[in-house]
Amino acid sequence: MSDNKLKPAPLPNEGLPPEERGLFCDVAPREYEPAKGIVEDFYNWARSESLWILGFGTGCGAIELRPLMTSRFDMYRFGIQPRPTPRQSSVFVIGGYASVKTLKRIVRSYEQMMGPKFVIALGSCTINGGMYWDSYNTIKRIDQYIPVDTYITGCMPRPEALLAGFQELKKIIKAGKGEGQNEYARNFDWYKANQKKVIKNWNMPDYNW
Amino acid sequence: MNELAEKLAVRYGARDWHDQRKDLASVMVDILKIRDTLAWLRDEGGYVHLSFATAIDNIERGVFTLTYALRNHERGHSLMVHAEVSRDNPSVDSIHLLWGQGWTYQREMKEWYGIDFPGSPRVDEEFVLEGWDQMPMMRRDFDSLAYSDATYTERPGRVTHDPAAHMKEKLYPEAAK
Amino acid sequence: MEPTIIVRIGYAFISLFVITNYGLLLIGSMARISAKVQGRVGQPVYQPYIDIVKSSAKRNSISHGIMFYLGPVFRLAGGIGTYMFIPAVFGSVLFRNFSDSGDLLLVMYFIFFGQLGMALGAGEGGHPYSAIGVSRGLAQMTAFEVPFALSVIAVAIQYGTLDITAIVAAQQGGFMHWTLATNPLAVLAAIIAFLGMSMHNPFSVVIAPQEIPIGPPTEYQSNLLGMLQTNRAIFNGAKLVLYMNLFFGGATNIVVMVIKTFLIYFINVFVGQAFPRLRVDQSIRFFLGVPTLIGIASVIIAAI
Repeated sequence: MSDNKLKPAPLPNEGLPPEERGLFCDVAPREYEPAKGIVEDFYNWARSESLWILGFGTGCGAIELRPLMTSRFDMYRFGIQPRPTPRQSSVFVIGGYASVKTLKRIVRSYEQMMGPKFVIALGSCTINGGMYWDSYNTIKRIDQYIPVDTYITGCMPRPEALLAGFQELKKIIKAGKGEGQNEYARNFDWYKANQKKVIKNWNMPDYNW
Repeated sequence: MNELAEKLAVRYGARDWHDQRKDLASVMVDILKIRDTLAWLRDEGGYVHLSFATAIDNIERGVFTLTYALRNHERGHSLMVHAEVSRDNPSVDSIHLLWGQGWTYQREMKEWYGIDFPGSPRVDEEFVLEGWDQMPMMRRDFDSLAYSDATYTERPGRVTHDPAAHMKEKLYPEAAK
Repeated sequence: MEPTIIVRIGYAFISLFVITNYGLLLIGSMARISAKVQGRVGQPVYQPYIDIVKSSAKRNSISHGIMFYLGPVFRLAGGIGTYMFIPAVFGSVLFRNFSDSGDLLLVMYFIFFGQLGMALGAGEGGHPYSAIGVSRGLAQMTAFEVPFALSVIAVAIQYGTLDITAIVAAQQGGFMHWTLATNPLAVLAAIIAFLGMSMHNPFSVVIAPQEIPIGPPTEYQSNLLGMLQTNRAIFNGAKLVLYMNLFFGGATNIVVMVIKTFLIYFINVFVGQAFPRLRVDQSIRFFLGVPTLIGIASVIIAAI
């Protein structure tokens, strides 16, 4: 974790060709102070009752998100909706194993989401590698790269387990503990170092929201 | 089918014809003749469809075995054409002019096994991996577990059970003792 | 006694507040009804409120320049502008808004205005899906404007005025005086155009909610998205009130207005649940085909 008092120099987006560098943000994310008292409680209630998930299937577990939309499981009754763009969504469901190639997209999508943003990691692979524990191209712990609010175990978890996970996330948000965005900003250097350790060809902006 | 086996043997020195099933056979040819064999099979033998092409790392013999799966739709027969190439500095004739999709398989083999196909389009580009800087990872002397341990952080507390012993202990605790 | 302009502005705010809440509840209840048709429980009726609160409570937001901010502003201005020139309840001082002679032309203009402003703002976002959404939206809009404009022309010829209040006044006195009874072809063309205007199935490909081509608002987030959601409610309400006024005899009190607009909106759900989604080129061909012919026929009938 970064504990240095001196702020490091801004990352220069050096993975990008020079003509594109000016197009992207070059300021590190900052922490946002929550509102005070009952106002924040009200906001948190609204956030928890209106979970828009990013419709981005990052692994085989994404197949379990589809049944949630059907009449049998019907996630809409819990205020859960899929959204196609990271700008509008507030929950990122990591669908199982994340290869390094996918991790690049996960990081970019996560950073493009507007805070407060929440992450549900689904399946054993996101927790400790699962059945891909010895794979050369699959990360073992997603929480080294982006902050995770709650995990759903199983390989695969059933849609019921997913709904239970969403209820758990609601409790976390209502308790005011869903501060992944601030955690990411606070430990930004640590997360970036971890990401760059596994993503060998970093050809994307360093700050891309 | 033996007629075909004989023709291939006479023309290209094909050997080890093996009928796996009624509709599937395999044959081995010399690596220098692989392109001619495939071209003849496509134009004269009726095997017009390249289902896939892949490689197998036979590290014990020091060779990569390339496999081209062809299909004759008229006869409903598939033929696996094998050819062996040495593991050091492997280089094989490209078949992208015979089948348009061939360059994709060759790009895949170049990235995964390091088998070169001179003249194949985009053969040196990345295929599925991005920024891979190790030896080709499908070679069997690449230690996946060691690489994974060195690169990716492990969550402590992971244990592995022998499935038979574990289930025996769980289901029949008295028998396990 | 004519109320002063200050009082009228105050009334307009009350009227706007009512129509916003009504529009939100309408969207929520229709989503619920759709869910019932599909055999689901469905989202709560008040879900649109939660979504707006949540969008507005986002802590950060990004900008792509000044035009990017102006997109939702124009859209909201289009929604409010549409509503402000329609008398919501006939004969009511409170819900009269700012309607005056010739307001029908203004309303027609404002319906288009929001979409154009949104196109400018979404283009500034620079996302390719925004551009695709904008081109789809404008193409489909141009197509359904034709039968809609034809049926409005027919109504204007029939009543000899462009004043919505006068048109409503002419329809008073029972069902047989409604445009629905006096010029059914114009109503038919307008209702088909309405299906396209409210972007429900089968003409929902423009915004295609929850799918990859979400359309123009791809890059919009946080409070800007909240504005767009609010506008959707106002714009829905405004269109429904306009249709009620032009074709279904208007309303003399708020209860009648609610019942009539609810039933008009229900046409959307009814059709939307029964038909699959059309591609943009299909919907353009559809709108420029039979509905346009019906519209032309209605103009001819009204003229002779």
